[in-house]
Amino acid sequence: MQAILAMIRKDLQLFLADRRAVVMGLVAPVAIASFFGSIFSGSPDAERAKIPVAIIDQDRTAVSRGIVEGARGDQYLLVSNPTADEARDAVKKGTLAVAVIIPQGFGDAAGRAFFTGAAKPELNVLYDPSRSTELGLVRGVLTEHIMQSVSAEMFTGDQGRTLVDDTLAAIDAMPMAGQQQAMLRDLLQSARKFYSAPAPAAAAPAAPGATAAAPAPRRGLSMPYAVKEEAVTSGDNVSYNGYAHSFAGMGIQFLLLASIDLGVGILLERQRGLWKRLRSAPISRLSLLAGKAASGSLIALLTLTVSFAFAMIVFGVRIQGSRIGFAAIALATALMASTFGLLVASLGKTPGGTRGIASLSVLLMVMLGGAWVPSFIFPAWLQRLTVVIPARWAVDGFDAMTWRGLGLQAAVLPTLVMLGFAAVFGTLAVARFRWEEA
Amino acid sequence: MLDVRGLRKAYGDLVAVHEISFSLNAGEVVGLLGPNGAGKTTTVSMIAGLVVPDGGQVLIDGSPLAGDTDPKKQRIGLVPQDLALYDELSALSNLQFFGALYRLSPAVLKTAIDRSLTLVGLADRARDRVGTFSGGMKRRLNLAASLLHDPDILLLDEPTVGVDPQSRNAIFSNLETLKAQGKALLYTTHYMEEVERLADRVVIVDHGRVVAADTLDGLQQYAPTGAGRVSLETIFLALTGRTLRD
Repeated sequence: MQAILAMIRKDLQLFLADRRAVVMGLVAPVAIASFFGSIFSGSPDAERAKIPVAIIDQDRTAVSRGIVEGARGDQYLLVSNPTADEARDAVKKGTLAVAVIIPQGFGDAAGRAFFTGAAKPELNVLYDPSRSTELGLVRGVLTEHIMQSVSAEMFTGDQGRTLVDDTLAAIDAMPMAGQQQAMLRDLLQSARKFYSAPAPAAAAPAAPGATAAAPAPRRGLSMPYAVKEEAVTSGDNVSYNGYAHSFAGMGIQFLLLASIDLGVGILLERQRGLWKRLRSAPISRLSLLAGKAASGSLIALLTLTVSFAFAMIVFGVRIQGSRIGFAAIALATALMASTFGLLVASLGKTPGGTRGIASLSVLLMVMLGGAWVPSFIFPAWLQRLTVVIPARWAVDGFDAMTWRGLGLQAAVLPTLVMLGFAAVFGTLAVARFRWEEA
Repeated sequence: MLDVRGLRKAYGDLVAVHEISFSLNAGEVVGLLGPNGAGKTTTVSMIAGLVVPDGGQVLIDGSPLAGDTDPKKQRIGLVPQDLALYDELSALSNLQFFGALYRLSPAVLKTAIDRSLTLVGLADRARDRVGTFSGGMKRRLNLAASLLHDPDILLLDEPTVGVDPQSRNAIFSNLETLKAQGKALLYTTHYMEEVERLADRVVIVDHGRVVAADTLDGLQQYAPTGAGRVSLETIFLALTGRTLRD
């Protein structure tokens, strides 16, 4: 035990001896997590970034004008009206996410397709392939405005009236029974009367001297429901704090990067002959690795503690769930990271080469673990695969204990999984460690 | 005190050490000489417990070394060829760490550190960072770190590489003091004059085998015919040849 404690003390002294490395090891995760947290914090007061969209109206009908006006008023879109060539150029340069060209004849064809099942007109959409997420949002928003504009024109506009007149004139030639033709004629004649009647708002003033009311707005189909959104967090008055997630993700990323230092440090000790001195002492192999794992875990815990302390003080992150669960996950994560460092040392040959390969592994691990971007944007097969990534369990565990506010029970599985990873990494490290020092 | 019997070590098809045997007594310095790749370092590593031999035994007072935690390892001190020190830490912190590996109590460790630093002339630099030391000072500290647990047997693997004559002379003085205290020293080096000054006996190895083992006077039997009394280097070259080994 004395030897293990001596190794821990020595490794902590070495860690603290390089003040620049200490500062970078603690400041870097805080800085990056703060940046990501500010992006993903989801504050309701934050100004929403609008998607730049160009709409080129080559149709110039009531329908197309309605679409443009609807889009202009939308909270998600920032609409401009360049020419088609300018729009294509802007998309190509990446200054514009999406350009929508409403071709000539669109309004007329859309109206006929709406009621008669005629061929549907095409809406030309130019988009930046690197911003396909924004394309999806624009498509959804435009669908609403197109349906509103087309239906408004068909129910209350000239185009709807013309369609009724044309259909009435063609009823006799339609291949249907006489009784059905009569019923359709009655229906359409009622519709013609509806179109011919003055709009209520455009009627004469109710009393002499009163001001005439403004024409009633054209009304088309609208969304038949309203959405009541409720962010489900740890409590009624607790809002989602994106910094909790980003500090968890970045904390784990830098924990794993620090574990590479642990592994490479062992290789450097071997290169400098220090490991010969350690091995010549009457110490078991298990004690040597346990000492390394313990010091690595302590440094990892220190990194996590500083990161979360900063998040709590500056960004108001709180452990809304179980504090014991949070501590258990932090301990298990630190142990997992330090045993990963031992594995790096056992598999590596040269310090330089090992650092490169290990860094790539860590970056892949944290990326797949959802530390950079939420894992829901991954393909389904990849999401299933991430259960074998320890970083994902760590991030999920910290999320559960912070902003989700879940109890100790929710910490059990992530903790056990992380300890399992630590056991696997540790066993592999012991099995593959090069003990002979020639 | 130390008996090396039939040590053997192979790495795949390459036999690094082939049936090497010799002994080392208290108050004696044995020089272990050999060209590069002769098996010197592998032999020292097997004695120190860093490498598990494929065959043979390392006996300390007649008992074989058994395993990593054998208390008999406490009787061996290794001075590695590398400067096995933490440059980032002070000399004192280095020695505190290396002493703790041998489970010395704080009081014993403090005395041992004072004694070792005084021996190598670094007592006044105890709190300085090792990174600020000269090569010679690091070599002396490298020796001091191996003496903390007061070993009976000292394995010195080229302990004077890259040091100036003053530091080398200081190290020689230290080793002579240790010898006078009854320590057994196994000394590997490429510098023949060091062995001529320090060693009581010399073991010359080549291709993993002992090709000669005797006192300095006794080794004269291997001198070229008619050459009279020759230097150790002449004998060494006569036994191991002049072919480059690197």
